[in-house]
Amino acid sequence: MISFRTCRGFSRFNQFRGPLSFSFDSPLLLELHQIQPPEAVFLLQSNYFGTSEVTVKDEKFAPTQRAMACGQSACKSNCYKEEEDGNNQEENGRISGCTTTNTDSDHTVICSKCKEKEAVVPHNNHLYHDQLCLECFRSSLFGKFKLAVTSHSMISPHDKVLIGFSGGPASRVALQFVHEMQLKAHMNFEASRDRSLPVFGVGVAFVNESAVSSVPSHQVHQVNEAIKDMESIVSSLAPPMKEMYTIPLEGIFSEIPQEGKNLLHELLNTISDATGKEDFLQHLRMLSLQKFASDNGFSKLILGSCASRIACHVISATVKGQGYSLPADVQYVDARWKIPVVLPLRDCLAHELNLLCQLGSLRNLKLFDRPLSGINGQVSSFVALLQEENPSRERTIVRTAEKLTPFSFNKIPETDHANNHPSLPRRLKAQNLKSNESIAVDVFCAVCVGPLSASEMQKAKSGDQFAANCCQSCLFQILPKEPSALQNFYSLLPESMSRRVKGANGVGRHWLREKIADCLLSDDEAET
Amino acid sequence: MPSGEEAKKSDSRQCCICSLRRAVLKRPKTQQQICRECFFSAFENEIHQVIVENQLFRPGERVAIGASGGKDSTVLAYVLSELNRRHNYGLDLYLLSVDEGITGYRDDSLETVKRNEVQYGLPLKIVSYKSLYGWTMDEIVKAIGLKNNCTFCGVFRRQALDRGAALLKTDKLVTGHNADDMAETVLLNILRGDIARLSRCTLITTGEDGPIPRCKPFKYTYEKEIVIYPPHLKNYFYTYAYFKKLDYFSTECIYSPNAYRGFAREFIKDLERIRPRAIIDIIRSGENFRISTSTKMPEQGTCELCGYISSQKWCKACVLLDGLNRGLPRQGIGRTRGPNSAKKDGLKIQPEMETESVVRSKPCGTLDF
Ligand SMILES: [Zn+2]
Ligand SMILES: [Zn+2]
Ligand SMILES: [Zn+2]
Ligand SMILES: [Zn+2]
Ligand SMILES: [Zn+2]
Repeated sequence: MISFRTCRGFSRFNQFRGPLSFSFDSPLLLELHQIQPPEAVFLLQSNYFGTSEVTVKDEKFAPTQRAMACGQSACKSNCYKEEEDGNNQEENGRISGCTTTNTDSDHTVICSKCKEKEAVVPHNNHLYHDQLCLECFRSSLFGKFKLAVTSHSMISPHDKVLIGFSGGPASRVALQFVHEMQLKAHMNFEASRDRSLPVFGVGVAFVNESAVSSVPSHQVHQVNEAIKDMESIVSSLAPPMKEMYTIPLEGIFSEIPQEGKNLLHELLNTISDATGKEDFLQHLRMLSLQKFASDNGFSKLILGSCASRIACHVISATVKGQGYSLPADVQYVDARWKIPVVLPLRDCLAHELNLLCQLGSLRNLKLFDRPLSGINGQVSSFVALLQEENPSRERTIVRTAEKLTPFSFNKIPETDHANNHPSLPRRLKAQNLKSNESIAVDVFCAVCVGPLSASEMQKAKSGDQFAANCCQSCLFQILPKEPSALQNFYSLLPESMSRRVKGANGVGRHWLREKIADCLLSDDEAET
Repeated sequence: MPSGEEAKKSDSRQCCICSLRRAVLKRPKTQQQICRECFFSAFENEIHQVIVENQLFRPGERVAIGASGGKDSTVLAYVLSELNRRHNYGLDLYLLSVDEGITGYRDDSLETVKRNEVQYGLPLKIVSYKSLYGWTMDEIVKAIGLKNNCTFCGVFRRQALDRGAALLKTDKLVTGHNADDMAETVLLNILRGDIARLSRCTLITTGEDGPIPRCKPFKYTYEKEIVIYPPHLKNYFYTYAYFKKLDYFSTECIYSPNAYRGFAREFIKDLERIRPRAIIDIIRSGENFRISTSTKMPEQGTCELCGYISSQKWCKACVLLDGLNRGLPRQGIGRTRGPNSAKKDGLKIQPEMETESVVRSKPCGTLDF
């Protein structure tokens, strides 16, 4: 008689009595089902949440083989079988993870890390190998954040970082963690005798998109309430003091709010493809943040993009034919912008961040949470489906994208870095940038700022028209097809976007070029 | 579809290519409204262009067409023989079919292939599992049970065409993989993190270092267009449903259709509905991925027993066959080991599930055939 903890889904079979032949996903059960009935007749008795007992009427079953029951050690790695073999997918398709529910109801589960506090984070779908208490869960996430920050030189003491804050869980956690880092730096500063290392500054930016969201006019005050809420969240995270800024999206078009709104609406109306419109808005958001950060002396832009978000981006970029530029978007550091963008939560899953907000009562609110449409909508439900089927799928997708070769700008430019804190060890070498890759100067799409592939670059050289400087994907989904509509589109573009093309010799990506030239120089230096 | 287009339809039912005939269909790939004749010539010319631009063939080559009897390979056989005649490729074309030996399973498709032999005047070679491996699939299932037979269908199917092509002494093997299949494979390789396969899966010709390179002339051809193309075939007696039926069997394993692959396939169909170009875009992404050349497949050697390319001492087919012949049918499957690891006959359970390294991790409903 073998006793073991029940596998979720196992209890489904408690109605069966007598000879069974079905497929399972734990090693023991796999072995069991390989023995054909009627040789192996086993009874399954199970009270719904209780310990299941299996009686195997088969002499061939040596005790050593039974040891592989879906218990602690075995189950962690094995219980959820990769679905690649389609053999028994009809059974294991939805069965994931183990429930560790015990028959004695007063039994509390102890955190497997500190072995002291009560675990609150379930051994969930094998995302965590252990059951953790809130503190340990929190520190595991903070650890990922900290590692990303330090190993990619995301924040240095002389920096003034701007956090892109949407109010949602991911950027809420980013804000929280950056605050904690700043607080620690602040305390070290206070404690140190010579006060040589300054404390980095933090600003929080919220892009107000109410101009393009479908918020009815009578709900405008709700938006304002929400913004006040966010301000109170930010002001509660002091000392050190952090300023919160609300940036209206239409601001990149005009200083005058109404004029900006009109231009923004008119421009969006020239884009007929729903996906294209959505992506274009995303580019405008980045443009707003970049402009604000640059105008106000910030040196880094921190975004809360998490692994789940990046997994979706990997698939949707592939679907949109952006395979070449994809690796530029999924790295920890993206310095193709005037103000380098860093993603310290890149290794955390959306699910984890949500859970931390819930359990750690981090107040968050999502203001402009529109459901995604078109291709982006399809992709996000596809990834959700895959994730449900296998909880490690999002990470696998991100890991695939990691294996693609990044661009030379996917690291903090050495010059900034060296000037700011010479004491920091140079860890940039750790990134596997192909040395010959960095010699080629990247040319960027005028709309999405994705690096152009060789064939697209050929086109960009030939003409000085805006369209010739766009990637194939933007040409298809964003730029209007009709010449008159296209002309209209150009005339409406915010200056910061149209200037990417105008200017000397038709290709005016001046500051971008300069930016890259910086990287190149330092690259060569590093090589010799 | 925008409502504006609806209004336009009534007055512009003219073919947008020739402006002569009435448009009868909206081309799935481009959404152009075109007439029958223009569709057929566009369809054939595109494939001709792909063949020319990628220099798939050289004059005088012997080329085997992997013929399953499904729509893809049937249309491929027809189009290739047409183009060969029309553009003087100078190729010797052969039809090559595999009979797995599953009662009733290949009856229809082998009938189709035999008809194609007559219609297109192409010599046909049918290689059977029995002749290649000494076992029919039915016999294998009998020996091993339904649970593990997928390992066999995957491995045996992959090798059967190559072995058949070697028997025919052909220089190349062409298969009917279409753009939809390509896009699906790109996605699957992303989902399972297989960067080595991701870097090769969009190549139009593979195995150029091996004895018989494989080409995919339908790489950019939409499945939907392959389905509507056949009315052009002389003595047309196929129906859409008939093709559907054959096609189902030709790409999907009869015993165990793969749920995981199903998701990707469904996803691509959904994408095509809202953006037909998505299929081509996925292939383009696959071609343009920046993958450093150091990411290579494991060093390939040849199997000591049969000479087939293999990264190990024995190729997978030989490992499986050895087990079958010695009455240890589970050898080489899952957690049991074959001769490639010294442990023989072990029904020992490994502490870690070997999902990556062993044969079973590959979906059997593979597109390799
Ligand atoms: Zn703990
Ligand atoms: Zn673009
Ligand atoms: Zn026509
Ligand atoms: Zn199979
Ligand atoms: Zn062999």
